[in-house]
Order: sequence, then C-alpha cells, then structure tokens
Amino acid sequence: MSQSFLQVQQLAKRFVSKHETLTVFEQANFTIEAGEFVCIIGHSGCGKSTIMNTLAGLDVPTEGVVIMDGREVSGPSLERGVVFQNYSLLPWLSALDNVMFGVRARWPQWSKDEVRTHSLRYLAMVGLAGVEQRKPAQLSGGMRQRVSIARAFATQPKLLLLDEPFGALDALTRGVIQDELVNICAETRQTVFMITHDIDEAILLSDRILLMSNGPGAVIAESVIVDLPKPRKRADIIHHPGYYTIRNHLVDFLVNRSKTFTKYSASVEFPMSVNPLVASGLAVKQSSQPNQISVEQSTHVNHLENA
Amino acid sequence: MRSLDVRAWILSLTFLVMVLGAWEFAVQAPEQTEAQSEYELLMGGAEQEARIPPPSAIAQRAWEELSNPFYDAGPNDKGIGIQLGYSIYRVLSGFFLAVIIALPVGFLIGMSPLMYRALNPYIQLLRPISPLAWMPLALFVIKDSETSAIFVIFICSIWPMLLNTAFGVANVREDWINVARTHELSPFRTAFTVILPAAAPTILTGMRISIGIAWLVIVAAEMLVGGTGIGYYVWNEWNNLDLTSVIFSILMIGLVGMLLDLILTAATKLVQYEE
Repeated sequence: MSQSFLQVQQLAKRFVSKHETLTVFEQANFTIEAGEFVCIIGHSGCGKSTIMNTLAGLDVPTEGVVIMDGREVSGPSLERGVVFQNYSLLPWLSALDNVMFGVRARWPQWSKDEVRTHSLRYLAMVGLAGVEQRKPAQLSGGMRQRVSIARAFATQPKLLLLDEPFGALDALTRGVIQDELVNICAETRQTVFMITHDIDEAILLSDRILLMSNGPGAVIAESVIVDLPKPRKRADIIHHPGYYTIRNHLVDFLVNRSKTFTKYSASVEFPMSVNPLVASGLAVKQSSQPNQISVEQSTHVNHLENA
Repeated sequence: MRSLDVRAWILSLTFLVMVLGAWEFAVQAPEQTEAQSEYELLMGGAEQEARIPPPSAIAQRAWEELSNPFYDAGPNDKGIGIQLGYSIYRVLSGFFLAVIIALPVGFLIGMSPLMYRALNPYIQLLRPISPLAWMPLALFVIKDSETSAIFVIFICSIWPMLLNTAFGVANVREDWINVARTHELSPFRTAFTVILPAAAPTILTGMRISIGIAWLVIVAAEMLVGGTGIGYYVWNEWNNLDLTSVIFSILMIGLVGMLLDLILTAATKLVQYEE
C-alpha cells in the first residue's frame, strides 16, 4: 500500500497544558488513491477540520505525518486546493478576479490573456458565465460557493480539499451544486477529500466514507466503501437496493456506535474497511479496489465479532 | 409628497435665514433718540461699544476677498487664497510624511504581536501629547518655523493612521490569510494583494481622522509661528481689530476642513468592500 497517492500515518492532535493533555483525535491512519473521492463524517469536535487543515498544510499535527505523492506535507501548497466552508472569496475582487487570483498564483509566467481565458473556462464550468464581473456580495450563497469551487479547480490541484462546502446552502441549491460536482469530478478524475455532515451527500459523492468516533480522543473508526455504480444521480441513487443498507450503516454508527467507539474497540488496525453491501449480501465483489476485497471481508468479520 | 432630501434642504435654508436674520437684527446700533452733541457727531455716534459685524458686512467682505483671492501686497496683506494655500501645503506635507512612516510601521505592528507589545507603551505615551507642546522643541531642533509647523502636523496626524493601520492589518480575516497561504503567495505579495486591500477601509478611516486633526492643529500652529497661513491670518486680523475678516476666515477654515474630509471620504468609498 506504500504507493497510495496520499498516506496519513498516525496523525494526532493534542493540546497540552500544565495540568492535562486534551487529545482531540489520535491514531488517524488512512490512504487515498488518485482519482478517489473520500468523505469524512463525524460529530462536531471530533477533529475533522483539523485533519483537513493538516492535509492542507495550514495546521501542524502533534504527531504523525501526511505523505502526498511520495513527499511529506510540510506547509500549504498549490498542489492541494482548498474550498473553505465560508467560501473565503476576497470580497474586493469580482468573481472572475477571484478565480484569476488563484490561476495567477499557479502559473505566474502566464500572460494576462491566458490567465483570463483559463479562469473564464472554469467559471463557465460551474455555470457562472455572465456574472463574472460581480462582486461576491452581489452573488447568492450558492453562486459564491461555485466561484470558490471554480477557483480551486482552476488551479488544477492534485488533491482537492472541501471543508463542508455546502453546509451553509439551502437544500435545493445544495442538490444542484452536488450534481455539478459529480459531473466535474467524473470529467476531471479529481482526487477529493471532503468533510460533510450530510449522509446523503456523502453517499452520492463518495467512493469511500471515513467515519470518526466522537471526540475527545476521536479515532477514524471505519472506512465504509460506497459500492454503488457510478455515475450517480441524486434522483436515481435512492432507488438502488443498496442505498439504504449503506445509509442505515452510517446512521447507526453516527447515532449509536460513535459514542462508545474508542481506540480499544478494535483488535485490528483501524479504520476497519467495511462494505455494507457485502455484509448484507447485496454484493459479493466488484469493489472499485479489487486488491482490497480480501482484507475488507476479513476485517469485516472482525468488526462483527467486536460489535 | 416631497422626498426627504428636498425637505431637509428647505429646513436647512429656513434655519439659515432665521439665524442670519436674528444676528443681523441683534447687532444693530440702537436708534439715536436724542440730538447728538458736536463731539458725538465727530466721533460717529453716541454708542462707542464695538459690535460683532452683521452677516451682511461679512458677506460683502467675503465677496471682496473671494473675487481677488490671490493678491499679494506685502507680508501683512495677502489674499485669502494665498493664506489658505500655505496652510493646505503644510497640512498635506505633514500628513504625507506621516503616511510614509505610519503605513509601514502600522503594518509591522499589525503583523507582529511582538512588535505591537514592544512599541505600544511608547505609542500610548506619545499619543495624548498636544501637538503644540512639541513646538518649542521642534523650533529648537529644526530652527525653521515653517518646517516646525510641518513637523507638528506630522506628529499629530501619525497616531490615528498608525493605530488604524495596525488594527486593520491585525484583524484581516484568518480565512483570507489562509487563501494566500494555500496559494503559496510570498509574504510580500500577501501584504499587497490580500492584507492591504482587506485593511484599506480601516487605514483610510485612520487617514480621515488624521487629516481632520491636522486641519484643527494647523490654525493654532500658525498662530504661534506666524508669517503666513490661515491661522496667522485670523490672529493678524484680530490684532487689526477687523472682526469681519476674522469671522470670514473662520468660515473659510470650516469650508476647507469640510472639503478635505469629503476627499478622504470619497477615497474611503473607493476601497470599501461589502462582505
């Protein structure tokens, strides 16, 4: 597994004071393959955002390393694009200038025309052709998040990090942008790591969902394989026989098991790889990662014994 | 139904007419009822008390002065435009010197908590000093009254700019700094493309406060150093017992102060952004 595109090894964040040590999360181990879409779900305070910021290079972990493409992550880089929860657009720049800001930083040697053409292409990709001269304050929340996504995609990062990108949007707008994200990711084969609170969103978008137990002392408990055919459509996916199997598994974890799960809950190295469809007999094989099947099934047995 | 603007204008004008009318009426010399003695006739009336001139006299003086604002008939007799020009020149010189110092130092203090803590005691100590208190020291060190006046303007306008710049820079949203970091911008580019535009409205507000204070201080400073300028002009006309000119120049000081403020307000609007 050492060839994985992204490897997170023994990551931990602790706040040490004179009297006590508060461990936010520890023993976070996971990998992401190139082209994979991975979501992470967990209750507030489990350290999801810290993990994301560590991947981005904005935060320094207390323990552990992040290795991307064979090199250790030691600071922010244009190789990793970030879409923040609150959009983080520069309000004094127009939508186009915000995207151009990123493009110019990525390719300083480009001419102004090249930067402009490239930026306009990505604004059009997120459906914002025609409003590129507006300032963020003149755009709706959904449009702002689209600009933010366009800025991140336009720099063509190797890894895209999304921090609850749709959390502040209404359900209808969220649905539309989710669909767009599905299409863009299918086209660009972008590797994505995303934080979300929305189970349905995670199932729609992910190849794999990491489940975190509750903090403090949180761990990444399971890595749930979303074994549903792609490309997925919001309207169709809920009719897939496996949809609710996966959904119920996730809800069960978040509502019941996340409270009691600790690093001592598992005898194997976690996260345990779980395929709810295999467990329920809805699927036997055709995982997106064939080399994992045997591991998956054996750890799954482990998981059942422990549960 | 007239708009609020129109009604406000009408009300403003009504107040103006009322106040000017009352003023004009109140400062009239009393009617002579008794026949005047020969001595009184020679002296121009029984009432010897000096009066504040009526608005009509001030309007007439304003017309005379403003129709030829740039005449120069010797050191004691220059047009109002020339006097105001000297004052504006000193204010702007001191102000821009302060900008040159306050912006970089404010950036430094705003970006470095260490520098903020190290320099803050001095700023807090120096800030409340009346700028005119520096005048004797300035005159001794600089040995030139003109430059000393500019120094006094410099020292009084530096503090609001310094503090506002530091505050604006220190309070740039973490997210925007993170945007700069994830885009691998150099510290220099971060300062110019992210921090400066983000802090610009706060900085400009500091400048606006500064130029307001500078214009307040220049009048007093010029009364002290003398020679030229609107402050000197006011004091000179007081020595000439020409109250009409004193009142006229007071109005001109207000007018120029208002214009300086309007210019800075317009500049603030240019860099203002909506979140």
